[in-house]
Amino acid sequence: MTEAPALDPTRPREQWGSRLGVILAVAGSAVGLGNFLRFPGNAAANGGGAFMIPYFAALIFLGIPICWAEWTMGKYGGQFGFNSCPAIFGVLGRRSIWRYLGVFGLLIPVVVYMYYVLIESWCVGYAVSYALDWIDLGADPALHAEKSVDYFNEFVGANQDGLMLNGRPHISVIVWLLVFALNFYYVYRGLSKGVEKFCTWAMPVMAVCAIIVLVRVLTLGTPDPSKPELSVMNGLGFMWNPKPMSADGGTWMTVLAEPKVWMAAAGQIFFSLSVGFGVIINYASYLKRKDDVVLSGLTASATNEFFEVCLGGLITIPAAFVFMGIAGAAKTGTFDLGFKTLPIVFEHMPGGRFFGCTWFFMLFLAAITSSLSMLQPVIAFLEEALGIGRRGSVALLGLITGMGSLFFIFFSKDLRALNFVDDTVGGITIVVLAAIQTILFGWVFGADRGIRFAHEGAQMRLPFFFKFMIKYVTLLYLLIMLGWWAWNDLGRYIDMVRADNAIALSVGLVVVVIVFLLLMIHIGGKRWQAETRDARRG
Amino acid sequence: MTSAGWIFMVCSIGGVLALTAFCFYRVLTTPAATTHMHAPLDIDTHDLNT
Repeated sequence: MTEAPALDPTRPREQWGSRLGVILAVAGSAVGLGNFLRFPGNAAANGGGAFMIPYFAALIFLGIPICWAEWTMGKYGGQFGFNSCPAIFGVLGRRSIWRYLGVFGLLIPVVVYMYYVLIESWCVGYAVSYALDWIDLGADPALHAEKSVDYFNEFVGANQDGLMLNGRPHISVIVWLLVFALNFYYVYRGLSKGVEKFCTWAMPVMAVCAIIVLVRVLTLGTPDPSKPELSVMNGLGFMWNPKPMSADGGTWMTVLAEPKVWMAAAGQIFFSLSVGFGVIINYASYLKRKDDVVLSGLTASATNEFFEVCLGGLITIPAAFVFMGIAGAAKTGTFDLGFKTLPIVFEHMPGGRFFGCTWFFMLFLAAITSSLSMLQPVIAFLEEALGIGRRGSVALLGLITGMGSLFFIFFSKDLRALNFVDDTVGGITIVVLAAIQTILFGWVFGADRGIRFAHEGAQMRLPFFFKFMIKYVTLLYLLIMLGWWAWNDLGRYIDMVRADNAIALSVGLVVVVIVFLLLMIHIGGKRWQAETRDARRG
Repeated sequence: MTSAGWIFMVCSIGGVLALTAFCFYRVLTTPAATTHMHAPLDIDTHDLNT
């Protein structure tokens, strides 16, 4: 490491308070709504238990290798005093183009935060609604589904654009403001006193809440004796029995020949582990050179898998199946399953009000530990690029994300803008950033060099196949994913932009954010070069 | 729930539980793992010395 002198060593740097703290913060970043709502729906729709074969393959060949690469790159960049993705990419790649490619490591967290905090506030709103008994689906079970959808649409303003800013304060806008302020309060307190401290108590509480709901679901038995087929055991079977994609599709092994199942598994691992998000690089940059990254990275990934497979895989689908049969359990969308189907389940469930409140509070904790992690990389970048303190960068980021969030609140009809940006920026852009990181780590920085640096202070060694994996298999996997998306979905998204003004405006919002961030990277680049020159002279 | 379903469920959950337990055992049994405080100036890059 002779090529890039460190920045001013007297500049105050944030540090993690403990090793367990950084692991829980990274795991908290990874554990989100997708663990409980997206994974079970994805698995049930893509071969049930058979889905776990491509799922674990993606975890081993894609998720964990990229995770280790990100931890290593972040720790490396941190030794030079850098904490933001563009600066760290610049150190690793040693060309300004890498700095600019680092824009993805800012774009993704900042744009995803704009709508994610909104979904987070829905979780709080639903938890409060259960606590105060505001959700009433009526006495007629035949109308529960309709009333649940109506409640959700009214709550999120999905019936028409601008409904939530229609002259009077809407309850969900008030909740959004509180949740938004809470996020910035914890981030403003700093890495160790804010994010780490919050995650250290939120993660265990989240696990306890999930286990309470899990015990309730697994002890439901057969709630309606007149419908013996609607039992917990059959609900677990709906989730875990390996099955072909279609009823006439032969054995379950045919699932493994379906490319879309492998793509769904890879996508699930990506969104679940928070790789390709710009978060892990930032969090790892606060480590010391002799801190372990191999075991820590694996532990954070394993914690995420615990929440996803062991808790998410046993709660949502069986609960929906027991009360609503295949029709309820087959709903795969995050919002459909989480906010429309599960309230019906809690309506039928003994003690449903308590368990509904516990469930949505747990989802809120899962969401806020993720949203906090989206703010820190951008705050670190603004501090580095503009040389402003935490107060200034928090205020600037609050202004940017606040305006962006209001955009999604205003264009709320059918959640078109939110869903579109979630599919694109919160979807395929993550794969793009992961591909950039894999090339940077495996080919530009050098896999051998990266492995040597990862092993400094490591408490376990990277597996022997890691180098081959990150250089060839992971990269090929990512390029296939990108090609698959371009072939199957790109045209559809272009048509959506042409046909819908709200979606076109959301593209405009993303473009404005990209231009702003590129400008900041340009300003920051000049600043970092000047500081580096000073360091060389000094 | 078929026997194949049981196998997939038990192997998936058991494997993840075993991995998680192994990782946390290693992390928590490392000396002073939870009290490892960093000082702001305790950064040694070695880069300027070579």
